[in-house]
Amino acid sequence: MRGLFAFLSGSLFGLGLTVSGMINPVKVIGFLDISGAWDPSLIFVIGGAFAVTSVAFQFVLQRPGPIMGGSFQLPSTRNIDHRLILGSAIFGVGWGLGGLCPGPAIASLAFLDGQTVAFVASMVIGSFAGRYVLSKKTVDTRSANKP
Amino acid sequence: MENFTPVSAAMGGLMIGLSAIILLALLGQVAGISGIITGLLRAKPGDSLWRALFLGGLIAGTFIYTLVSRNETPINLNPFALSEVAHLAMLISAGLLIGFGSYIGSGCTSGHGICGLARFSIRSISATLTFMLTAVLTVLVVRLVIGAEH
Repeated sequence: MRGLFAFLSGSLFGLGLTVSGMINPVKVIGFLDISGAWDPSLIFVIGGAFAVTSVAFQFVLQRPGPIMGGSFQLPSTRNIDHRLILGSAIFGVGWGLGGLCPGPAIASLAFLDGQTVAFVASMVIGSFAGRYVLSKKTVDTRSANKP
Repeated sequence: MENFTPVSAAMGGLMIGLSAIILLALLGQVAGISGIITGLLRAKPGDSLWRALFLGGLIAGTFIYTLVSRNETPINLNPFALSEVAHLAMLISAGLLIGFGSYIGSGCTSGHGICGLARFSIRSISATLTFMLTAVLTVLVVRLVIGAEH
């Protein structure tokens, strides 16, 4: 049952990306490009999502747990650190270069295009690189803290 | 602003929002695509199936909609109209940066920009503003290098 609803949720997400046009890099670049004919559509995508999530999340998170059991898997970090800002800054550069972020990239695999496959593969390699760098860093601080 | 499509954008946004609500309310999970992918690669037992099915649904939803609505503009993966080789190099660099950045920054457009904002998370608000800013600056630089929109 959990799997079924995960699939339904994913389908609705893919539908939303396609209906909104955000699956199309041209549309995304049209929003990010303030030098030409600016297309503010992306604000309406985030606004449309925010209109429902900002209300529903408050109700959902008042429950003791998710409807299908288990517990809410929410990020526990609270503070703004260098990692968050540096990582997001790098992410933004990649987003500006390609006009694709992870959601639309995966969704675009539906078009069976070699270019999307190359993009998703490099995205996966990039996240492994991120994991490697972070694991190195953790080891470094640990050994530095040793007396 | 001839390409401005506020109605379909808001409708698509509503669907994305509903998807995130379903995932959080029923499964207790955040609909952050980069996190769902990296969690799948980590392959913790009992935690992989929902991730794989969510991503499968993401592809299926897109596929079905594209089949049904034949009059849709096909996507263009080359928004800057680069040569084939330059475009592939750009796509791969973009992919590497996206994967690396979202891992280090613990989220992407969906995790921070949709789910994080809905929780009024200070971290996600900071992340979203940061990647919006660097993305806009990147497009400006690309436009400077390859010339303005034709």
